[in-house]
Amino acid sequence: MTLNTLWVVVEPANGSLTTTSLELLSHARTLASTVAAVTWGTGDHAAQAGEYGATTLYSVGDLGGALPGAPVAAAIAALVSAGAPDAILVPTSYDGRDIAARLSARLDRPVLTNVTGLVDEDGLVTEHPIFGGTQVARARFSAEGPGIVVVRAKSFGVESSGGAPATVVAAPVGELGALGAARITATHVEEREGPKLEEAPVVVSGGRGLGDAARYALVEEAARLLNGAAGASRAIVDAGWVPYSHQVGQTGKTVKPTVYIACGISGATQHMVGMKGSKNIVAINKDPDAPIFQIADLGIVGDVNTVLPSLIEALKSRAS
Amino acid sequence: MNVVVCVKQIPDPAAPQSLDASYNLNRSGKLILDEADTYGVEMALQLVDKAGGGEVTVVSMGSASDLAGVRNALAMGAAKAIIVSDETLRGTDALGTAKVLAAAIRRVNPDLVLAATESSDGYTGTTPVQLAELLAMPSITFAKSVTVTGDTLAVARQTEAGYDEVTAPLPAVVTVTAGVVEPRYASFKGIMAAKSKPVEILSVADLGLTDQVGPAGARQQIVDVVTAEARQAGEKFVDDGDGATKIVAFLESIKVL
Repeated sequence: MTLNTLWVVVEPANGSLTTTSLELLSHARTLASTVAAVTWGTGDHAAQAGEYGATTLYSVGDLGGALPGAPVAAAIAALVSAGAPDAILVPTSYDGRDIAARLSARLDRPVLTNVTGLVDEDGLVTEHPIFGGTQVARARFSAEGPGIVVVRAKSFGVESSGGAPATVVAAPVGELGALGAARITATHVEEREGPKLEEAPVVVSGGRGLGDAARYALVEEAARLLNGAAGASRAIVDAGWVPYSHQVGQTGKTVKPTVYIACGISGATQHMVGMKGSKNIVAINKDPDAPIFQIADLGIVGDVNTVLPSLIEALKSRAS
Repeated sequence: MNVVVCVKQIPDPAAPQSLDASYNLNRSGKLILDEADTYGVEMALQLVDKAGGGEVTVVSMGSASDLAGVRNALAMGAAKAIIVSDETLRGTDALGTAKVLAAAIRRVNPDLVLAATESSDGYTGTTPVQLAELLAMPSITFAKSVTVTGDTLAVARQTEAGYDEVTAPLPAVVTVTAGVVEPRYASFKGIMAAKSKPVEILSVADLGLTDQVGPAGARQQIVDVVTAEARQAGEKFVDDGDGATKIVAFLESIKVL
């Protein structure tokens, strides 16, 4: 091990640390002799942070309704000036990206994003899928650290270390002025039925091939019958057919279900990055040359608006 | 109200992409306005319209030899453009880009800076917030809607579970998601007018940033590029009425059914 210390930004959500945070802690432990975590909010995450490998948990505390990006980055920057780690790992998420970007500018240190692999080759080497995941660019920081690394969900497994609760150390924010002035005034939760997209063992996704927004109901119904979740390509999210929270791909969620059923999705590189790690892939598309067929275990060349209704009928008759 | 929109001219995403010998994205072909930026341009035009005064300035870093993409933003209705173009910018990273944009934007002194959540070629996704930190402004990312009342900004911000209502005082930086507004098509009149709109071209020296850009300023390097483990294509059938049956059989074989 050439790395002494890694810090991991661990994100609280619904009283727990997010799965991606735990993935990063688990992997950091294999790379560095000391792992510390940084979190915020009013929850107590010392036991969970410790269980997955952190010995110290820096806690920024209650943000008083502020968006996390600016205050959490300021608190980490203050910690760095007292003693810097080799690198700081941050989960890819809405707030994670804000924190990493703010921290990078505040520390004047580079940030590497969209990382799906991290290895120690006499220093940290990051792996980035490019061109739809057909190639992997490997990069490293070339100046004094700490470099900031933003890692995509599901890049590493979650493994408990059985460690004792982490020692909690307060990490004050300090005076921020205008740049910390963004405040959350209300939170809205969009109800979704069935399993979460990122965790569902079956994902049925729809794309432009469905033809119009109303036919997305077919995708949702097939997902429901398979106890799965409904996903979407960027094209139909941009077109306003379904909310952004359904989007699978580079700019959306990364999924690795037991089976991914792509309905009317051609397989733009932007989409493939988010789903090519699926164990099995089924694709239905009219175009026999659609790129999605190059990675599909089962490809059906046909109209999704014929195949999907028959699939729904078949699933219904099995259930009854 | 004066709004700056950060835009990027990128190689057409539909065309095959490649890296050059120093692992930079090959940008020698035709460049287009990143479609993700058209939402910011439209949002800016609508906000300025609603405010009843002010103008939209597009700011971009990149080659000034082909400005069709920037002209497209001007044709939509932006008043002027500032381009930072310099050979030494090749290989500049996200933070270096934010430094360049910050220096250019300080000359405009806007009330609001808009950008896409990330570019469609590099996907780094950090530049707008790095820019906000450098400009000492608050930032709100992933906006689904943006309204301005007086000097206060109200944004519906996408979250994992739904969305948050977020406010911030102006000046501020906001990144907009695709679909926040429906971008207009440039009219013939707009296209003609764009030809005579001011486009200021600045060098790195003009901005006083010489040491902080290019590969040296990036302080990161690509070690190598390797081919990813390829997934093998499986069986492909033309549907003649039995497509659904084949899918059911496949789901049974992997024990999903």
